[in-house]
Amino acid sequence: MTVAEAAATALATRHRVRPLEALPWVLAVAAFFALPEYLAVGTQILILVLFALSLDLVLGYAGIVTLGHAAFFGTGAYAVGLLSAHLDWHEPITGLIVAAAAAALVGLVSGWVLLRTHGLTLLMLTMATMTLLHELANEQENLTGGFDGLPVEIDPVLGLLRFSPLTYSGQYLYALGLLFLMFLVVRRVVYSPFGHSLTGIRENILRMHAVGAPVRQRLVTVYTISAAIAGVAGGLFAQVNAYITLDVLSLERAATALIVLILGGHGRLYGAFVGAALYMILEDELAKEFPEFWQFGLGLVLVLIALFAREGLTGLFAQAAERFRKRARS
Amino acid sequence: MTGPVLEAKGVCKNFGALEVSRNIDFRLAAGERHALIGPNGAGKTTFVNLMTGALTPSRGQVILHGEDITALAQAQRVKRGIVRTFQITALFRGLTVLENLYVAVAERTGAATGLWRPAGYRRDVIDQSLRLLEIFQLQDDAHKPIRELPYGRQRLVEIALALALEPSVLLLDEPAAGVPSAESHIILDVIDGLPADIAVLIIEHDMDVVFRFAERITVLVSGAILVQGSPDEIANNAEVRAVYLGEAAHG
Ligand SMILES: Nc1ncnc2c1ncn2[C@@H]1O[C@H](COP(=O)(O)OP(=O)(O)OP(=O)(O)O)[C@@H](O)[C@H]1O
Ligand SMILES: [Mg+2]
Repeated sequence: MTVAEAAATALATRHRVRPLEALPWVLAVAAFFALPEYLAVGTQILILVLFALSLDLVLGYAGIVTLGHAAFFGTGAYAVGLLSAHLDWHEPITGLIVAAAAAALVGLVSGWVLLRTHGLTLLMLTMATMTLLHELANEQENLTGGFDGLPVEIDPVLGLLRFSPLTYSGQYLYALGLLFLMFLVVRRVVYSPFGHSLTGIRENILRMHAVGAPVRQRLVTVYTISAAIAGVAGGLFAQVNAYITLDVLSLERAATALIVLILGGHGRLYGAFVGAALYMILEDELAKEFPEFWQFGLGLVLVLIALFAREGLTGLFAQAAERFRKRARS
Repeated sequence: MTGPVLEAKGVCKNFGALEVSRNIDFRLAAGERHALIGPNGAGKTTFVNLMTGALTPSRGQVILHGEDITALAQAQRVKRGIVRTFQITALFRGLTVLENLYVAVAERTGAATGLWRPAGYRRDVIDQSLRLLEIFQLQDDAHKPIRELPYGRQRLVEIALALALEPSVLLLDEPAAGVPSAESHIILDVIDGLPADIAVLIIEHDMDVVFRFAERITVLVSGAILVQGSPDEIANNAEVRAVYLGEAAHG
């Protein structure tokens, strides 16, 4: 086979599932049986993976730099919360659909306005949008409970899966199932021609205009899809925790997703998994040992990553695999 | 004889007080080979930007195939057949050569809007990308990311990406800029071999190339057209000689 044919085959088959891709799911299922006492943390990890995955779609693939992604997480969370508190709407699946739709709408409108800017301007504007929603939620105390937060009540999923605040096993399975579904969607999008064009935008937006791509339309589309998924993550968060406060719309939450991608690697789908697990374990362990200093420890890890593993842990892994393959060839 | 495929009518562009394009009237006929020359900073790249929609003129009109496209966005102009390359290489550096071409071919064929089926299923797009690799003799680099490619080869991809869009008007902004002279003939051969029905405007500093390639030459100085004519007319024009000899005298 010639070099060109090999490259063509690689391109034609790169969407195929590789065996290694089963690993995170096997681990997640194994954890359910092996680590029953950790399912509460596990559920939070799964939600963080989903949130970071939605961010990866815009940041890692399309190159949209945003610090305001919690706007969509929070919109999803409050959508579920408001339905439950004011409309007695406790059915979880339809609740998430509404969460996704509400977040998508916010994504569509804000994306339409903001995505003509880029770089630092975009960063500030995405943050401002999020802050605006935070203030709105704070203001509308009657609806949102304001600073005190909002309790969320949920029926058993599909009438079968009951949520227990003690074992968290129902929550864990529910979160895992949803993450898997959403992951399939993201994976489809990423490997589609549309997804390929997003990487084009990330790599060289100037050239993308010159090859005739409707760049802004593409960006708004992926931003909306990403917002919907972040909305599902937020809705899920509200459902499994049975309570939300204003911090679903906070800068800290947006930054967490970013840190997850820095740790795990962006533009690689699985960076969100590795990063979220690492982040939560770091938070859990460091915070237990050094409650005062855990942020410092996290900062140190980030500096190390920035210096020695720009592409995050999955990037490090990919590089090692590449080097191994090259050595095997020669 | 039909009208010009591309026409600029009284095009002006100001950046603040700086007039970078002054009242430019320009016509390009179907299949024409035209060179745009002029000293550094004359406004040649700006002219390309104005024709392709990267910039909008402060005044004047741009007409493509008889249609006023002055208000159209870049993407819409590309769909109507006007395509450019960049003086400073503008490629998708992290993607392989084949993936670079896929991006462009996918835009032209409309495949790029597909959001669900894998990119790899568009065998037609991959095959057309492969054919372009063949034309540019880039097959052996197909799997390499752009950033691992020697500069001369990057300049080839630069043109291949433009050709992938099947333009009727092609604007080449110093296609051999920065390429060692030992390699630049590969790029010039490619340009010589461009399909005859494409109207080509080339910006080039090498006068040998200009006079061999062009049927008509436009000389741009300080944002305005100094003269326009056949290579012979330009070679014998006193003003042009003054500009270029004056240039040479300064180094
Ligand atoms: N975006 C901009 N803002 C302000 N000034 C600009 C801008 N773009 C170009 N210019 C100025 O316009 C003039 C013409 O630039 P242009 O790049 O079109 O020249 P050129 O003929 O292509 O030169 P070269 O041969 O060096 O490529 C220069 O003085 C440049 O500094
Ligand atoms: Mg120039």
